[in-house]
Amino acid sequence: MILGLTAEEWQAVRLSLEVASRSVIVSLVPAIGIAWLLARGRFPGRMLLDALVHLPLVVPPVVVGWGLLMLFGVRGPIGGPLNDWFGIRLVFTTEGAALATAVMSFPLIVRSVRLGLEHVDPGLEAAARTLGAGPVDRFLTVTLPLMSPGILAGAVTAFAAGLGEFGAVITFVSNIPGETQTLPLAIYSATQTPGGEAVAARLAGVSFVLAMGGLLLAEVIARRMHLLLGRG
Amino acid sequence: MPGIALRHDFGPGGFTLDAAFDVPDRGVTALFGPSGCGKSTILAAVAGLLRPRAGRVEIGGAVVLDTSRGVFVPPERRRCGVVFQDARLFPHLSVETNLRYGQRRAPRDAAGPGFEEVVALLGIGHLLDRRPSGLSGGERQRVALGRALLARPRILLMDEPLAALDAARRAEVLPFLARLRDAAGMPILYVTHALDEVDALADHLVLLEAGRVVAAGPVAALAARTDLPLAARRDAGVLLDCQVARASEEGLTTLDFPGGTLATTLHPGPPGTRLRVRVRARDVAVATLEPHGISTRNILRGTLAEITPVPGTAEAFVRVAVGPSDILARITRDSVARLGLAQGMALWALVKAVTFDHRVVGAAAQDAPREED
Repeated sequence: MILGLTAEEWQAVRLSLEVASRSVIVSLVPAIGIAWLLARGRFPGRMLLDALVHLPLVVPPVVVGWGLLMLFGVRGPIGGPLNDWFGIRLVFTTEGAALATAVMSFPLIVRSVRLGLEHVDPGLEAAARTLGAGPVDRFLTVTLPLMSPGILAGAVTAFAAGLGEFGAVITFVSNIPGETQTLPLAIYSATQTPGGEAVAARLAGVSFVLAMGGLLLAEVIARRMHLLLGRG
Repeated sequence: MPGIALRHDFGPGGFTLDAAFDVPDRGVTALFGPSGCGKSTILAAVAGLLRPRAGRVEIGGAVVLDTSRGVFVPPERRRCGVVFQDARLFPHLSVETNLRYGQRRAPRDAAGPGFEEVVALLGIGHLLDRRPSGLSGGERQRVALGRALLARPRILLMDEPLAALDAARRAEVLPFLARLRDAAGMPILYVTHALDEVDALADHLVLLEAGRVVAAGPVAALAARTDLPLAARRDAGVLLDCQVARASEEGLTTLDFPGGTLATTLHPGPPGTRLRVRVRARDVAVATLEPHGISTRNILRGTLAEITPVPGTAEAFVRVAVGPSDILARITRDSVARLGLAQGMALWALVKAVTFDHRVVGAAAQDAPREED
């Protein structure tokens, strides 16, 4: 027992951290791309894309999990070929848990990245153009650094939220200790077990501390970045 | 010589821009006109930041825009150094990295002043490690000038670079602009609606009104014309290119201009300093006989070249040829009649020594600006 947690409980904490980090890593680059399209793009269907991205915020998480099961199940239109051709199976795996968490926290990252992007003065990008910077060059040297507070804040928020994802995860990848049983799932199991109240309370405490820490960290990072960018 | 011809429509209810002019290879060409006359639009189209409906732009022998042949070179490959009104320094980079941003991306074979040279020229050596947020407005604009120059452009485009600054900051940056003009060795297109900037910096002038070129030519030639919107201004008058003849004595400085000398209470600098003086037409009186017993210091003998009534007023412009230079006087038509003024007659132009003010004197090319700490 370390810090009053058993090995199984630590496993749930570690798994939660792993799933949340992998979900953020997977969704960061697509989120930046989609945020760019939503903030700067002028194309038909932009509103539709906007709605689609925000769907996980309003649809019951269980429905998202069910949708993932339909798409990525071993007989699903995406999961089938993945399994047959590459031997990649997402259902009942840690990777699947990360995918479900990524989909759920995707709107949070996109919103934050988009806010960060909208803070970037297009005049600075125009200045970079006149100084000889091509599209990729000026994105990497001007736009990306200036929107980085939004990216970082989005990543940390999504990470903190990802630690607690329940409905989509349990529906898509079930509740397998050591494989898909993250913190909230372990808490759920504990409450279903006679005499598990103490375990549930300990894990709930850990969960609270992690989430709180994440949000505070996001705030500190955002302030630091704004100072660094001279926005005081 | 960079050539510019553009057509562009502004939204519903707006006017149509239809302007064509050349930019001489050396010196400053000022695009001058009231706010909203389309001058900033022209600059954006030359830089490539705006795509005009139709037009052709040629810079340094390269056609960067020709809508009739579908040519549109993107801004990043036009090599136009742009100085914006709001400096637009990159806030996340130090002053030095800002300065080097364009330099790093310039073609290797492009010639131009070196980093140290530009830093010294603009007096920004002590700012290199700072962030743009810690600079004053004037310092920011000086860094922006250096950044544009170091990108080794074929032309410098300046979009009202002093308009966002207060009077003190303008006075601080203006001498650096004059130095840069003399050192840059490339055409400069300078957008402004401030006549004192034109007086201090411009060699050529393109007068714009509602999207059209009203007149274009050397600044002094246009200032001396009475048929342009310039003549309706309170400060209308001729520009004289002067040189300080000898050191001030008893508070008076003698200036040589082609055709005569002027005494002034200004102290523009040591003998040899070149400057341009605006002699406002409303500050000039004329006499048909050489006046005596009068306080006016500058009594210039000349010949009456032209009388032009000012439409809608009881006044007239009288042009007096003093040697190769012209002096304009704005007097009442009643005086014209009373004195029996007629073309060709001998005339004395009277200019008080105290009527030039510092604001309209600039371009002291050999006068090194003071560096600020």
